[in-house]
Order: sequence, then structure tokens, then C-alpha cells
Amino acid sequence: MTTDGNTYDGPILECRNLCISYFTRAGEIPAVVDFNLTLNQGDSVGLVGESGCGKSTVAMAIMQYLGSNGGIVGGEVIYKGRDLATLGDEELRQLRGNEIAMVYQEPMASLNPSMTLGRQLIEVPLYHEDITEKEAYDRAADILAAVKLPDPERVMASYPHQISGGQQQRVVIAMALLSNPSLLLLDEPTTALDVTVEAGIIELIAELAEKFNTSMIYISHNLGLILATCRRINVMYSGVVVEHGTVDEVFDHMRHPYTHGLFSCIPLPGTDKTARPLVPIRGQLPLPHERPRGCYFGPRCDFFQEGRCDKPTEGSTIPIGPVAAEAGHEVRCLRWSEIDWAAYRPEGLSSESIDRGKQVLAIDNMRKYYELRDNSILAMLKGKRTKYVKANESISFKAHECETVAIVGESGCGKSTFAKVLMGLETATDGDVAFNGKDIARLPVQDRSPEQVGSMQMVFQNPFDTLNPSHSVGTQLARVIKKFGVESDQDKIEQRVMELLDLVKLPRDFARRRPRQLSGGQKQRVGIARAFAGNPAMVVADEPVSALDVSVQAAITGLLMDIQRTYRTTLLFISHDLSLVRYLADRVVVMYLGRIMEQGATDEVFAPPYHPYTEALLSAVPIPDTSIEKKRIILEGNLPSVMNPPKGCPFNTRCQRKVGRICDTDVPPFVEAAPDHVIMCHIPIEELRAVEPVIVQVDKG
Amino acid sequence: MTDLAVQSIQRESSILRALKSMALIRESVVGMIGLALILIWVLTALFADAIAPFPPNATIMPMASPGTAGPDGAVFWLGTDHIGRDILSRIIYGSRQVLLYAPLATFCAYAVGVPMGLAAGYRRGMTDDALSFLANVILSFPVLVLYIIIIATIGASAVNIVIAVTFASAPGIFRIVRGLALDLRNREYVAAAETRGETPWRIMFVEILPNARGPLIVDACLRVGYVIITIGVLGFLGLGLPPPDPDWGGMINETRQMAMAFPYMTVFPGIAISSLVLGFNLLADGLREVSLRD
Repeated sequence: MTTDGNTYDGPILECRNLCISYFTRAGEIPAVVDFNLTLNQGDSVGLVGESGCGKSTVAMAIMQYLGSNGGIVGGEVIYKGRDLATLGDEELRQLRGNEIAMVYQEPMASLNPSMTLGRQLIEVPLYHEDITEKEAYDRAADILAAVKLPDPERVMASYPHQISGGQQQRVVIAMALLSNPSLLLLDEPTTALDVTVEAGIIELIAELAEKFNTSMIYISHNLGLILATCRRINVMYSGVVVEHGTVDEVFDHMRHPYTHGLFSCIPLPGTDKTARPLVPIRGQLPLPHERPRGCYFGPRCDFFQEGRCDKPTEGSTIPIGPVAAEAGHEVRCLRWSEIDWAAYRPEGLSSESIDRGKQVLAIDNMRKYYELRDNSILAMLKGKRTKYVKANESISFKAHECETVAIVGESGCGKSTFAKVLMGLETATDGDVAFNGKDIARLPVQDRSPEQVGSMQMVFQNPFDTLNPSHSVGTQLARVIKKFGVESDQDKIEQRVMELLDLVKLPRDFARRRPRQLSGGQKQRVGIARAFAGNPAMVVADEPVSALDVSVQAAITGLLMDIQRTYRTTLLFISHDLSLVRYLADRVVVMYLGRIMEQGATDEVFAPPYHPYTEALLSAVPIPDTSIEKKRIILEGNLPSVMNPPKGCPFNTRCQRKVGRICDTDVPPFVEAAPDHVIMCHIPIEELRAVEPVIVQVDKG
Repeated sequence: MTDLAVQSIQRESSILRALKSMALIRESVVGMIGLALILIWVLTALFADAIAPFPPNATIMPMASPGTAGPDGAVFWLGTDHIGRDILSRIIYGSRQVLLYAPLATFCAYAVGVPMGLAAGYRRGMTDDALSFLANVILSFPVLVLYIIIIATIGASAVNIVIAVTFASAPGIFRIVRGLALDLRNREYVAAAETRGETPWRIMFVEILPNARGPLIVDACLRVGYVIITIGVLGFLGLGLPPPDPDWGGMINETRQMAMAFPYMTVFPGIAISSLVLGFNLLADGLREVSLRD
């Protein structure tokens, strides 16, 4: 087989008219229809699309691993000239892992927690090749060095839980590369990781593809990552490829209305929000068995022509066709040549800034420490048995009526703890939290008055978890209205439920539905309605759209901003998505390891002077725009543990601009770069001012 | 249309919904067999007066073999026991005892175990430590020894059997509920309830408990089966329902010394116990199968 691979010089992988279906109680459900792909040696192709569009199904079909209820019902997958469907189990087993390797989304789930990493790495070549354990060990150590893990020997002796998430994913990638595969499938390999860690992995993947000349299929919902890693791109929608071409062609001259819509849904951190408003795609993804006739995108498309786009077709959908001027660029649209994009001015989300009102929230030097009992003998001998986890340290900021304040930071930076203190689920250890003039820092939610509780509510992150599956939407909303004392009469409560559903643009008969009958975006709308049920003065939104599909994200973001404007609510928007924050926030607070590193008006934070951490965060954001050039700053090392934060400046272990010993010993002072723009850094402000901007728009003349 | 919607927001009863989801059992063959077995016994118990050929406690003709005709021509289909009572009639009447006390005891065990499990799983900390300790102490006794101690202390009667079963089963239910609650308390809808200041009681019983119902219904079915065996065992040990009313376990106990000579006296009550327990187990399997499929 390997000799075969050495002499073979055709395409590594070809998918021809591939159709994949799942067979369920409801009958046959076509997951992927008419999928074509040609992958040459060393080439990299991106599959991009929203959840349920079939991108992972394609990967599984290539691995011939569709599970018991899935099957290829048409077309073929040809690997190095051989139809995979004709291979037996043993041949497939040899192929998988040896020639075709796959990297999954969740690194912890890909590694066996009860075996050392070294053992797991050695297994691969030992199983597939006839080599000694010593050779396998050396090979594993080499490959760990190649994925830039420091101290490979130590990593080999560790168990998966002993290394960080980013390191785990590096080990998984190393494992995939061990047998030097011809084809590497990456299924959302960085989705579970923090943005600065993601940047490192993306750089690694791009480098490795170059170095090993591996052909790659990169699956992601994030267009920015595809731009950073791939040469060609397939945009998928509801089981079909709607547009296909080189990255430059598709990103600069997109032809399909869906591709266009997808790009309009994504805020770009480099551009001004007024110049490029977000345009949500209306409606939602059709379920596989409810796809419309003709063009699958028809019902959501602004260029839909009745009688033409929904005409029944010979196959299951309209055919894909070439774009005349550009060889290799194909688009599945009947009207692509007729659409005049220059004249297309869809109504975007309004985003004019609004005059802020009186101060609603003032937080002064708030701290939240968790106490931990240390039961080790050493601690007992020393007599220091209680340790403190400093989840929040010296938090100070203000928020005004109708203002959107974004809190930005990676996992473990203390933003969720901070939200819990605000909501009264935890009490602050020290400092003041004044909400509408009253101190609530040490007032748990049980002791707050119904007005106080109702006037500060929360929108949660996970739409699949935010509503109780056992109760209908109407019951859950009615409960909130009753609890906050907005209405007490049964009929009035029901009237108010209907008003709330209107507010979030859901049909009124949704009141009777159960959460499982709703899509993710609809659930999140109900979550928003629930938060606004008590006419709140402030709403804390904890990553409200991060779990949603891109095309739905824009709509939910728009809805949240709309309601907030109408009611002049203060919105505290917790997020890790800097692009989105740039788009909707008036002020930004950047947190790292429980401390505020920088805060100020959005435009000030996104332009120099930056805190070095803000600079690194900005650089790590993948931006799907070929006309933008970024400074590349890859942070070294891992996020330190909150249990054991570094002395001095918390960022000193990873800082790219560390000035010297003072960073290790002294907590930096707050320096005011402009009124209300504060940076916590030892570097003189003049020096920070002189830093070049991270994101630069270049003219591609 | 909207008026209709307004009216029926909160009106759909939860019992109706539970029945609807139970109706899914139709899709499981195993579950349907189990349900049929249980239904046969339930009907038997309900119409015992009409079905049974003889009064259960009447001594007519000792040690008649199955199929023997009695003095008045009626047939002892399953024979008679050592003091001449018709075995079939006793089994038929015995089903009443079992089908009353086994579900009742299970219900009582749930009434104790569920609140404790919810409290431990939701509140954690000291509450959990204390309740878990208590549960572990009870669970560390061999069950049979525990039953014998309890019944010997408080005496053998129907109520005391229910008390004993509650005492011995509640810790197991406690553990299941505690585990489910520990998981469910981390859901965002629980956090949402907390942020609107709901009481712990409401969070435990309205937000958490309904979402634990799937595994609990399956467990309840299995547990009724175990309790039937337990009642049988207690009867066999002479700690069961007091004579002379028929009790399946007691019937086996009374005739076990003659089991070699007259096997039918012990075999038929045994089959009765097994078939009913099998019914509950199959139903539990079916429910689990249906719930996993979705």
C-alpha cells in the first residue's frame, strides 16, 4: 500500500457525486447531496458551513465510518485511485490512522485518560508498522517536538489531564501525523480552545501542512480560520456545496447569495460598524427532511424568483455550475450572473451610538476570593491551611443607562464569577457594587427585593440548557412575570407573555410549545424574553450568541441591541469574541486572571495604546477578510492557574513586551491613557502609544 | 387562534403529558410483553372474586394433585395444599396482596428517598455529607439481616412490611436522585431560577425533579419487581403477611418441606412471583429502550 502511495501521482482524494443519507424512524434523511471534491497532493481544502450542513458527515464518509444508521447512497469516494467502498474491513483499518488521519474537536475526548500520552503515541506506529518499541518512542518524541511541545520527554510521561487543552490538541495532532498520513482531516480542531491558544494551533497546522506536504481537509464554521489555513474552500449549506473555489476568489468575489449573507453576518474588527452594518440572514436552516424544492437557500434568499428558483429539478436540487471568468470557481445558483452586488443594499442592523443616561452600576475595588482548605501535610506543618483563589481582584468600573459594556477575556479570567457576584449568587469578599445607588455587593439574591431581582437579569450562554425542558415556554415566562410582581392577575400575566413573545419576534402560539420543539436561536429568543420580563434596568448577557450558528448570531445580536435601545437598558455583554464586541459595545473591559488589564471606550481599546494582552488578543482573532493584515503575536505558554497566579503582573509569564524584573515583582499601576481609558502596565504610556496597530487594512491595488 | 393559545398555556396537565410519553411503550415489543404480564395480574386481582373457583381459605380436600375433581365436581386445576386449600384460588387472591403492598412500599420509599436525594444533590456540602453518611450506613447492612431486624423488632404486619421496605430501599433511591440532581443543578435553567430568587424547594421540585423523571420511572418499575421478591422472601422467612390470608411467599414457605413429594405446591406460587417480577423488569427495559431512542 505504501509503495502504491509513493508512485501514485494523481489526486489524493476524489469525491464524485457523493450522496449520504441517514436512516431513522422518520425514514431516509439525505444529509449530503451531490458532493464533489478533488484534493491534490499538498493541497488544503476548507469545508465551511453552519451546524447540520453535513460537513462532518462528509468527513465521516471519507473515513468510511458513518455508523450503523448512515450510508453512502450514491457516488463514490476515491482515495489514490481506489474506491473506498470496495475495500474490506482490514484494508480500511490499515488506511485509517496510517494514511488517513483525523483530528476531532474535543481533545480530551480523543485521548485515553488512563494511559500516558507516550503509550498512546507509541501504539500508533507499533500497530501499523513493524518496528521496535524504541524506534516508536523516538519517533513519538520527534513528532512532539515538531508540534512545538516543550520538553517532549515529560509530556510522554504525563497523563492527558496533566497538560492544558492547547497542549492536548497538539498531542492529538502529533498522533495524527505519526504515521505520516497522506490525508489529514481536521474537524473543528480549535473550537474548544481559547482564542490565543487557537492562534498557536492554527499557525502550527499551516506550518505542518507545508513541512510534511500533507493534503488537508479543514472543517470549520469559522471563515477566518479557513482563510488562515486553506487554499481552496467549499461553502456548504443544508447538505450541498453552494460555492467552491480558491480562498481568494470566494472571499473577494463571492457569487452565491448564501456566501454573501454569511460574510455580512460576521462583524469584522478592522472595520467601522457604521460603514459595514451586520445583515442577518432571515429565517433558519431547513431541516434535512423539510428542504424546499429547487434551490435549498430559496426561502431565505433576497434574490429568490418564484417559478424559477423553486422549480422542481431533476436531481434533488439545482446543479452547480462554473463561474465563467474564473476556472475552478463554481456556484450553485441559477441567478448568480444576474445579481448586481454593487447595487444590493440590504437593511442592516442599526448601530448608531446612543446618548448614555445616568450611572446605573458603579463597582469599586470589588474582590471575590474563594477559600480552599489545603489538607496536605506540608500545609499542616506550616500552619497555613486555608488558601485563597482570587477569582476577582480590584475590579472597578462604571456602567450607564443604555450603555453596552463588554467584558472580554479568555476562560478562567473571572468574568463568570463577576457575573455571579452581580446577580447575587455569590457575595463579594470586599469592595462595593452600587446598583441604582444601593450597595448589593454582599446582598445575596434571596435577600434582594423582587424589584431589585427583576431589574437585573441574565441571558445565558447555552440555548439548549437555558430553558427547562419539562415546562412549556409560556409557563416559564409566566412564572418570571409572577415572581417579579409585574402582574398578578392570571389573564394579565398571559397577556404579558404574549407581549414578550412579540418583543422577541416569535409567534404567539410558541407559548404552548416545549423547548425541544424550538431551534437554538428561538430558544435564545425566549431566554432574552425571560430576561426582559421584569423591565430590567440592567441585563447581563453571558456569551449569549457564542453557541449559535453564524447566520443566527447576527439576528440575535440585533434583537438584543434593539430591545436594549427601546428600553434604555444597560447591557453587560460578556464575550470572548472581539469582533462582536467591537461591533456592539460602547465600552470594553479586558480581563485576565481576575484582574482588569485595560478598559476604555471601544474605539480607544481597539487602537493603540494597547495593553500587551489586548494587543495579543486582537492579533489572535481570525478575520475573514483578505484585505486585512494582522501583526502576528503568538502567546507562549499556558494560561496560569488562578490557584497559583504569577506574582507581579498576572500577564508576565506570557507577555511579549515584558520589560524586566519589575513585571515579576510589582503589580503594575493603572495608567490613564485618555480620560476613562485605563491600562494596567509597567511600560510607559508613550511607548505603548507608539505601537503600530495590530489590524491594518491594506489596499489590494 | 391566539385566544386559544392564551387559554391553554398552562392548562395541559402534567399527568396527561406523562401518560402520553408512557404511550410510547407501544413501540417496544419487550415493553409490551411486560405490560401485558402486569395487566393480566392486575385484572386477576381486580376480579379475583369472579375468577377464583374456591374461597382462598376454605379447607376442602388435602393434597389433591392438579386436575383432580373436588367433592362437588369442581376441578382443583393447580391442586390443593397440605391442609386442603385450593392453590389456584390462593394464588389469585394472593395477587391482591402483592399488587397492593409492592407499589405502596415502593411509593413510600420514593417519598422518602426523592426529597433527601434532591436536597443532598442540590445543596451539597454538609447536607450531602450527612445524608450520604446515613444512606451509606443503611446500605452497609446486608438487606436480609436488615429486614429480619426490623420485622423482628416491630412485628410482622402489612404496614410494617411497607415500613421495612421503605427503610431499606430509600437509600438506593436517594443515591440515584442525588446523582441526577448533582448533574441537573448545573443546568442554566437552574441558574436562571436562582437569579430570579426562587426558593430551594421550588428549584428542587419544579426545576430539577421533572427532568429526572425518565431514569426514575425506569427505576421505579425495576424496584416494584424487587419489592415483590422482597415480600416473597419475607413471606418465605415467616416474616410476611400474617396467615391465613394467602401470600405467595408464605405459600412456598408452608409447603417447602413437602416440595420433593408435592412439587406443585411450591412451583406454582413461585411461577406467580416470577411472572409478575418479569413483567415489571420487561416493562422497565422497554421504557428504557423507548427513552433512549429519542
